Amino acid sequence: MILTKAQYDEIAQCLVSVPPTRQSLRKLKQRFPSQSQATLLSIFSQEYQKHIKRTHAKHHTSEAIESYYQRYLNGVGRNGAAPVLLDLANEVDYAPSLMARIILERFLQEHEETPPSKSVINSMLRDPSQIPDGVLANQVYQCIVNDCCYGPLVDCIKHAIGHEHEVLLRDLLLEKSLSFLDEDQLRAKGYDKTPDFILQVPVAVEGHIIHWIESKASFGDECSHHAYLHDQFWSYWNSSLGRHSCRILTSSPSATRDRSTNN
Amino acid sequence: MAAVLESLLREEVSVAAAVRWIARSAQSSEVTAPTRPQAWPESAFRDDPGEAAALSSLRPLRKEFVPFLLNFLREQSSRVLPQGPPTPAKAPGSSAALPGRPGGPPRGGRGARSQLFPPTEPSSTAAAEAPSARRGGRRRGPGPGRERGGRGSGGLEEGVSGESSPWAGGRRPRGSGSPGSPSLARSDPPNLSNLEEFPPVGSVPPGPAGTKPSRRINPTPVSEERSLSKPKTCFTSPPINCVPSSQSSVPDTSPWGHGLPPGCRSLQEEREMLRKERSKQLQQSPTPACPTSESGSPLPSRTGNLTAEPADPARVSSRQRLELIALIYSSCIAENLVPNLFLELFFVLQLLTARRMVATKESDLEPIPGALDSLESPLFQSVHDCVFFAVQVLEHQFQVLSYLDKGTLKLLAENERLLCFSPALQGRLRAAYEGSVAKVSLAMPPSAQAVSFQPETDNRANFSSDRAFHTFKKQRDVFFEVLREWEDRHEEPGWDFEKGLGSRIRAMMGQLSAACSHSHFVRLFQKQLLQMCQSPSGTGGTVLGEAPDVLSMLGADKLGRLRRLQERLVAPQSSGGPCPPPTFPGCQGFFRDFILSASSFQFNQHLMDSLSLKIRELNSLALPQPEPSDEDGESDVDWQGERRQFAMVLLSLRLLAKFLGFVAFLPYRGPEPPPTRELQDSILALRSQVPPALDVRALLQQGLRARRAVLTVPWLVEFLSLADHIVPLLDYYRSIFTLLLHLHRSLVLSKESEGEMCFLNKLLLLAVLGWLFQIPTVPEDLFFLEEGQLDTFEVDTVTSEQGLDGMPVVDQHLLYTCCPYIGELRKLLASWVSGSSGRSGGFVRKITPTTTTGLGAQPPRTTQGLQAQLAQAFFHNQPPSLRRTVEFVAERIGSNCVKHIKATLVADLVRQAESLLQEQLVTQGQEGGDPAQLLEILCSQLCPHGAQALTRGREFCQKKSPGAVRALLPEETPAAVLSSAENIAVGLATEKACAWLSANITALIRREVKAAVSRTLRAQGPEPAARGERRGCSRACEHHAPLPSHLISEIKDVLALAVGPRDPEEGVSPEHLEQLLGQLGQTLRCRQFLCPPAEQHLAKCSVELASLLVADQIPVLGPPVQHRLERGQARRLLHMLLSLWKDDFQVPVPLQLLLSPRNLGLLADTRPREWDLLLFLLRELVEKGLMGRTEIEACLGSLHDAQWPKDFSEELATLFNPLLAEPHMPEPQLRACELVQTNRGTVLAQS
Repeated sequence: MILTKAQYDEIAQCLVSVPPTRQSLRKLKQRFPSQSQATLLSIFSQEYQKHIKRTHAKHHTSEAIESYYQRYLNGVGRNGAAPVLLDLANEVDYAPSLMARIILERFLQEHEETPPSKSVINSMLRDPSQIPDGVLANQVYQCIVNDCCYGPLVDCIKHAIGHEHEVLLRDLLLEKSLSFLDEDQLRAKGYDKTPDFILQVPVAVEGHIIHWIESKASFGDECSHHAYLHDQFWSYWNSSLGRHSCRILTSSPSATRDRSTNN
Repeated sequence: MAAVLESLLREEVSVAAAVRWIARSAQSSEVTAPTRPQAWPESAFRDDPGEAAALSSLRPLRKEFVPFLLNFLREQSSRVLPQGPPTPAKAPGSSAALPGRPGGPPRGGRGARSQLFPPTEPSSTAAAEAPSARRGGRRRGPGPGRERGGRGSGGLEEGVSGESSPWAGGRRPRGSGSPGSPSLARSDPPNLSNLEEFPPVGSVPPGPAGTKPSRRINPTPVSEERSLSKPKTCFTSPPINCVPSSQSSVPDTSPWGHGLPPGCRSLQEEREMLRKERSKQLQQSPTPACPTSESGSPLPSRTGNLTAEPADPARVSSRQRLELIALIYSSCIAENLVPNLFLELFFVLQLLTARRMVATKESDLEPIPGALDSLESPLFQSVHDCVFFAVQVLEHQFQVLSYLDKGTLKLLAENERLLCFSPALQGRLRAAYEGSVAKVSLAMPPSAQAVSFQPETDNRANFSSDRAFHTFKKQRDVFFEVLREWEDRHEEPGWDFEKGLGSRIRAMMGQLSAACSHSHFVRLFQKQLLQMCQSPSGTGGTVLGEAPDVLSMLGADKLGRLRRLQERLVAPQSSGGPCPPPTFPGCQGFFRDFILSASSFQFNQHLMDSLSLKIRELNSLALPQPEPSDEDGESDVDWQGERRQFAMVLLSLRLLAKFLGFVAFLPYRGPEPPPTRELQDSILALRSQVPPALDVRALLQQGLRARRAVLTVPWLVEFLSLADHIVPLLDYYRSIFTLLLHLHRSLVLSKESEGEMCFLNKLLLLAVLGWLFQIPTVPEDLFFLEEGQLDTFEVDTVTSEQGLDGMPVVDQHLLYTCCPYIGELRKLLASWVSGSSGRSGGFVRKITPTTTTGLGAQPPRTTQGLQAQLAQAFFHNQPPSLRRTVEFVAERIGSNCVKHIKATLVADLVRQAESLLQEQLVTQGQEGGDPAQLLEILCSQLCPHGAQALTRGREFCQKKSPGAVRALLPEETPAAVLSSAENIAVGLATEKACAWLSANITALIRREVKAAVSRTLRAQGPEPAARGERRGCSRACEHHAPLPSHLISEIKDVLALAVGPRDPEEGVSPEHLEQLLGQLGQTLRCRQFLCPPAEQHLAKCSVELASLLVADQIPVLGPPVQHRLERGQARRLLHMLLSLWKDDFQVPVPLQLLLSPRNLGLLADTRPREWDLLLFLLRELVEKGLMGRTEIEACLGSLHDAQWPKDFSEELATLFNPLLAEPHMPEPQLRACELVQTNRGTVLAQS
């Protein structure tokens, strides 16, 4: 299904400074019932990521961290069962999972002699049971399951989507009897950066010649196209994998797909 | 001039100052300072007023110094090198140069010099050894192909007329003067009187006369003088020259010897006959012989003169003087003040390899008291002096030497004299030799190639009429016929081109009436010229690695030996000394003779037009310029290609330019320069109006500006080398020579800076220019020009960007191909090693090339060679597309064959390697030993199997090639042609594939096995067990299960809902939960889309969900309002989860999370606490074997650390103790419920 630019813009418009929560997503679904949840989530996620990229720095000043931590301590001091951390994140317009990380890091700094390593923090975020403080563990867990744009669960979902789409794409190629080389085969041939699939015989789709296909399993807005072009696609070009490509940026096989040809 | 040298020797003037003084005469600008040899201290460059004064008085003589020095050295060395090949020096007697007429041939050139050598001169021989005389003599050889007389005879020789030098022309027996070999050395007969080389039969040691008549005439020295004189003298080389009254040397006498029955005549009679015969010969010889020996010097003995006198550094006389002169001489060489660098090197090597000093009078060897440092005493008083001087100079010239070919370096490094005199230099040379990759074969390229037909010219459309077309075809046939006949017969003795072919050629030319026919014929002629004279093998195929077809057919091991042998057989013994005049070797001779015999004005004009066009085209060819900075292997391979292309273009240009020069100057060619000044002036006036055939000056200027001198100058030199005597005097060409002189002087080899020309490029230009300056038609004084004329050059070179000059386009092979005379250095050194330099200028070949003529023209008659020839012949008769097709097929099939071997044989071996490795790992345990060692073991086992590759490759080519050829050739191709084409394709493909495979198969197997080993070892590492046990989905699965991402997302939503915060109306229905778990089951069973991280998260989420169920934390959306889940529903859901955990999850499920403080804490927070579901779950887990009791115990143990309400801990303990204690409890939940019920009150009370 092809999403028009206008539709996309409309959705993106609705997402300006909306907290990345279940509730927001539900509202979005009600607003755009014709779009699948996956599409909306993907757009939401990307818009929110852009937002976070812009505002990330201001939440990481030492003053901000200190003030968040104090507010958290005050909050749980009043009521440990209340969603203190989640509310704080929503209030300061920051992703709950990321807020949880800030507070956890700060907490550990206070309680451990050595500053916590990144892997320890990641591991605690994945499994909050490891957090020595029970209240904080609950607060962090709450943030993580309620965040629909960041956090280990969301990362896992994204990864799963990516994998599923590669499988789907492979099935589609097999179904259409298109001969291809996949990433593993290409790597064995010595390419360092490879697209998901190289078509051994190029095909023409809607007037564009397609040499290779890279499934990004995410919504293809202009920004991500640009970024991927920069990080990945030029190196395919440089390694002469063919000038013509197909990048499928989609959130689900039935949902939005943006196909573009670069040459 | 001598005054300068003397003041140098007296150390009144420093060498540095002197060189600067000389160089300044050459270049008005102060350029010497940056280019001075490094050995000179800075202070040497400061002008000493005294020095300046001493030199300034000699100002007018400045430009005469270098010629004087060169002549001086030659003269001094003449006693040492009498038998050597000529070392020409084109240094005119400068005082004779006419100031007003710089180009005028100097007359009486030796006048000044003879003044310098007053009658006290130790040896008049030395004085007579005027280099110019040598030169003149050398060139005087007449020959049908060389209508160029030595100009020296008209010029310089007059000054020394009356004197005769040992190797002046005419005193050597001449060969018939065959066109291609004007060199004296080659036509020298073997010196049969050389007792060492040709010992008398019976090997009677040379003793008293008349021991025994023998077939070999043993000219026993009977001279009385001999016993008196030292047996050092060695005027041995030209036997005919030195015919003394009593001691006859006998050249070419073997027939006589044969003719005389042994013992039937007395020795005296023999001698008498010989003498008669010899005088007969002398009368026939073109120049009068000089039977009188020079100035009555004692006659040399014939025996024992071949062993070289050992040189001893300790016995060097006047070391300091020699050092000084060596330094100044080297400096002149370094500054390019000498006309020909390689000539000087040759001279120095001659000194190095000097065998023996010619003893003059005893008194001459006595140092003259008080005159030791002057020029009065001979410079080289002994061999020791010569060698010392030579080594001194070589030390200064090390850089140039290090760029010579490997063979020369080896000979130099192994020279025992050099080692003795300068171990340091020897060490450097050895290092240079070891580092050198410049293997250069001195073999000439094979001369004639098979005649090829040019189907392109058959096109009727190019002709005005049918008749013209047919005429042309006929002419073409005649041309090839003539060519074939020439190929067959030109080496037969007595065969004459003009007599044999002249009339046919002229008849053919007569038929070429229409202008367009001429142009067609010229095109054919030119194409054939390029094809035959500039064959790919001529550009160095053998050395660069592409073996010529015949040699490549032989096994690789024999190839090297065969090549060496071939080289020895076909390498010309000497190509005419270090400065041979321009010649037309090999099949070039055909084209020259054709032009001469045709003597058709139209033809010549068309040929000139065509040659000019082609020269312009090639000269402006944009040669690709790869990044010079790139130095990895791949670009190096590219460079090989670039170099080869450059070499091709350069050699083509040189060939074309040579013929253009030949044709263009043909009408003006005469044997001698005009005899009188008046005549010359009138000729000049006439000639200066004639426009040049090709505007070479413009091309030269362009080339210099575009920094392409390395391409332009070598062909220009070829062009100019064929100019007639008047040409250098014409203003137009004079300006070209001026430019070239400037260029020559600017090519200082020691200068190495950014934007400079590459060293070998410079060396090539220096070599060709040096050669040009020695050409007879180029006036001697041209090189030593007035300083005023040399100042307009610098402007041009410093322009423009990186041109060809700055790129390493020239390699040693090209250098030696363009300048074969550089190889003379090597031959000279080789002759020293071979130990006998008694005759023919010191060049001795051990192998008598009795079959050279046959070998040169025809490839070896091996079956393979014949096959290759047959294939060539086959292609000649077929359309070119056939050849392209066959070559294409062979190329592709060969390449495919390699790929096929990689995919089959090598892949099999890799699999074997893997299984071997597995075995190894099993037997040796996990460690398996050192990977490198493992690899070695595997490779040693597997690499021998690589030998199969060749057989398999052969089979593959055999199988695949015919089909491909068949498919690509027209249907109508005759069967015989088709099968031949197929066979050739099979052969070529096999050759290609096998060549690659035999060279690379071991390395390939090794590489692949290595990759496999590291892969296996890596796989051995972290998770060997988990790998194999993963199940896929069942065969019937249609992969319709929900996607894992979707499920994670759904479960996450439920978790979020349960954890809150949530709106009052939010909740999940029990049906939804059941459906969700059902979907989870499907997904886990399908696995199509499941990846391990997703499954892990699903497992974790499912445990979280169970915890929430146990803690009754899931808000259920019921019909009226949000409420709690019913017990039964909760148990059903837990059952579903239990079965998923047990049966469907393939990753470990983190069940211990159920008992984590956080999840248990959920239970602690509920009021009233409900333990039954948890107990139920734990019991089920234990029963299903999902968790052990000990595991649960451990989890509970860790719970004690957490901070709980006191009662909660107590409750925990009471609840779990029985669970853990009793292995089996039939009705656990009941008792649990009771317990819970009883405790509820206390909990409530506490909160």
